[in-house]
Amino acid sequence: MFNDFPLFPDAASSIANDIDAFYFFMVGVCGLLALVVVCLIFFFALKYRRRHPDEIPSGEEPPQWVEVVWIVVPFFILMGMFFWGAWLYFQVSRPPDDALDIYVTAKQWMWKFQHVGGQSEINALHVPVGRPVRLIMASEDVIHSFFVPAFRVHTDVLPNRYSFNWFEATKVGKHHLFCSEYCGTEHSGMIGSVFVMEPADYEVWLSGGAQGSPADEGKKLFEKLACDSCHATSSTGRGPSLVGLFGQIRPIQGGSAVKADENYLRESILNPQAKIADGYQPIMPTFRGQVNEEQLMRLIAYIKSLGARTQQGSTQPVSSGGNQIPGSPATTTGNGRELPTQSGSNVTQPSPTSTNSPIPAQDTP
Amino acid sequence: MTTAVIDRIPIETEENYLNASYGVKSWLLTKDHKRIGILYLLAITVMFFVGGFFATMMRLELLTPQGDLMTSDTYNKFFTMHGIIMIFFFLIPSIPAVLGNFILPIMIGAKDLAFPKLNLLSWYIYMIGAIGGTYVVIAGGVDTGWTFYTPFSTQYSNTHVIATTLSAFITGFSSILTGLNFIVTIHRMRAPGLTWFRLPLFVWSMYATSVIMILATPVLAITLVLLIVERALRVGIFDPALGGDPLLYQHLFWFYSHPAVYIMVLPAMGVVSELVAAFSRKRIFGYKFVAFASLAIAFLGFLVWGHHMLVAGISVYSAMIFSILSFLVAIPSAIKVFNWTATLYKGSVSYDTPMLYALGFIGLFTIGGLTGLFLAALGLDVHVHDTYFIVAHFHYIMVGGAVMAYFGGIHYWWPKISGRMYPEWWGRLSALLVFVGFNLTFFPQFILGYLGMPRRYHAYVPEFQVLNVMSTAGASILAIGYAVPAIYMIWSLKYGKIAGNNPWGAAGLEWTTTSPPPAHNFDETPIVTWDAYEYRPPEEAAVVTVV
Repeated sequence: MFNDFPLFPDAASSIANDIDAFYFFMVGVCGLLALVVVCLIFFFALKYRRRHPDEIPSGEEPPQWVEVVWIVVPFFILMGMFFWGAWLYFQVSRPPDDALDIYVTAKQWMWKFQHVGGQSEINALHVPVGRPVRLIMASEDVIHSFFVPAFRVHTDVLPNRYSFNWFEATKVGKHHLFCSEYCGTEHSGMIGSVFVMEPADYEVWLSGGAQGSPADEGKKLFEKLACDSCHATSSTGRGPSLVGLFGQIRPIQGGSAVKADENYLRESILNPQAKIADGYQPIMPTFRGQVNEEQLMRLIAYIKSLGARTQQGSTQPVSSGGNQIPGSPATTTGNGRELPTQSGSNVTQPSPTSTNSPIPAQDTP
Repeated sequence: MTTAVIDRIPIETEENYLNASYGVKSWLLTKDHKRIGILYLLAITVMFFVGGFFATMMRLELLTPQGDLMTSDTYNKFFTMHGIIMIFFFLIPSIPAVLGNFILPIMIGAKDLAFPKLNLLSWYIYMIGAIGGTYVVIAGGVDTGWTFYTPFSTQYSNTHVIATTLSAFITGFSSILTGLNFIVTIHRMRAPGLTWFRLPLFVWSMYATSVIMILATPVLAITLVLLIVERALRVGIFDPALGGDPLLYQHLFWFYSHPAVYIMVLPAMGVVSELVAAFSRKRIFGYKFVAFASLAIAFLGFLVWGHHMLVAGISVYSAMIFSILSFLVAIPSAIKVFNWTATLYKGSVSYDTPMLYALGFIGLFTIGGLTGLFLAALGLDVHVHDTYFIVAHFHYIMVGGAVMAYFGGIHYWWPKISGRMYPEWWGRLSALLVFVGFNLTFFPQFILGYLGMPRRYHAYVPEFQVLNVMSTAGASILAIGYAVPAIYMIWSLKYGKIAGNNPWGAAGLEWTTTSPPPAHNFDETPIVTWDAYEYRPPEEAAVVTVV
């Protein structure tokens, strides 16, 4: 236990060093303040210790202006901290436009990742180094939280709503993934690994295990659910055409407008009456209970693939080279959930740096 | 004895509140605020050790990375019940209901609180809640975390969620009644001449606390009722599967539970003001700044709840508002720390046990407060949210802060409560053990948190073990530090030195009456002609004017 004893986490994302710099600034400033207080207490307590039991001090006090000093000076220090922190938060909150989308489904007690090329994996996530990755996350049950300490990213994953997270890995290797929002019995077992790979290795990895991209699967589902009977590709259907919809600002009944993003599409599938596109009748039935989280993600991926105005490069499905087996989507099972030996038991995963056996095994759980 | 001007000549009387009447009934039906304070003391001490048991078991489990001492479900129940018991049944009532009940009316020269029967009722309500909590422990526990987050608590947990939330709901009413009682008492029952700015700072902080209790606790009550309704009747409020919103729950819960932090720490600040003044024999520097800082904390404390949700999916702009307000609430806290420190300047500082606790409080609270800034800073919170960093932070505030002050206050007023002195050497030893044990327990957790160890983890990855072992080692020292006072306090009831009216040579009305005080506190209503903490050399004492 004493061999591996880190005191500071790995910094493996583009934001990590910025956050660490801020952290060291905070440690320095706060440490200095604490040191001043502690030293003053020791100094005063020793210097002015009681010399005899009946001693009554003179009652002399420091000058009153020190009050102003220790209100005004901390105020400006605090505001400096606020602005630095807020500036970082803006960066953490705004993914770049060219980010690679990965869909994440969290449930008690596993992480499931769906790549746009059709690969899916459990408790393991393969990403290329040096490319921004945007996670589109939803939970199937309780609240979870996606936390990769080495990336300094952290976002709660909510049921019935998409939350987003992004990072750009800068260091090839394997990093811990934790669920950090308490989610029940196996909360501490809801962990996995993020494998950061060289782009070439990543391409090789992608070429194996693809089972039909989410968009392709979504298209099948779209037809199976007969969505296309109303949402035809022409604009003559009972419902609005979905071609080119994603990312647009759409007028809705009542005079306002809404951006057709993931959460809007999700709401429109599960709760169609909430926001009705201007010029159409509120006749769409709900699909709540008929589609699960993963199917929802596929439907949305399909709608996005019908034309995206804002997400060039990220929403076009990567050409899937894999054979298409109908039925259950293949998954590459990552490290198991048992603790703490999971780090060594990852037999089905290619080493993130290895080019020898980069093809993920295709075992369906 | 001291030459302090407030050293009134007491009227010696054999009768005091302890021997005024005898028998169980005379205690269980008492309307004497002092006896009710004792009843609270007994009840919360039991709860403190129950909560401490769960903490001990958790620390033992965390000695090794594997979950090997207990199952995950048991561990989850233990941290949940540790939190619920320590917060709802120990920390929130600790200083207000024990020390506040006992000492506040005496401090302001009153015979009792404004509503003595209501005060007794509040204890019974507390007991019903505490018995409910104990029932949950015996019946098999609850595993939601003390925060009861939905939809886990309403849909997924198979444990005693309704019994637990109902107990917390009931206990809330005892808080409300105590707060109400204090506010009316402080307004209406101050002794003649005791103007607002002559009040001891403990009274100011209890006033601020009471305001929070009255305004925030009903929100918790409503929230818990909504939770029970959803869980029992499947009415969709928070659960998205039923059309509810889980973030709504978090907003409502933290609207109470962040101010609840100030319910725990404001009284502690009040106690520390008393201790620093008494053991440096000086008026608190910047009295009005400290007094208004309490009110500022109470006010701003209502506006910062969103900083618990910075990664939960609130908008960037609301996160910024909550962040800046959280930074602002640090200012009144900082004012207090600086003023206590400045009070020591040219004082007459003694190292009695209560003062050791008070100085320990200032150090630990400073660390707790400063690390709070890390969490208020948006960019950093993104990393340390829900990790051991926050576990360490709030333990520095609640244990290093509130519990240290509570222990200091108990030692300080013990001579008044019991009429006898605790053994000073043992007292100092326990203060030292608590300080060392506390830091060893919780400081490594800051490092663990930045490393990325999430909170509420039954098992963890092996590289976190060394710091966890340090933490557990510290916890065992801390446990001894807490057990020792329990033993010598009981010992001192019989064998302690007779304290006398004012063993510390302290200012304050409570030290002018006998120890223990008579049932009605004062044989004559005191008339106050001096400011709080009026320590003067004898030649200046005559200058004090009557208003």
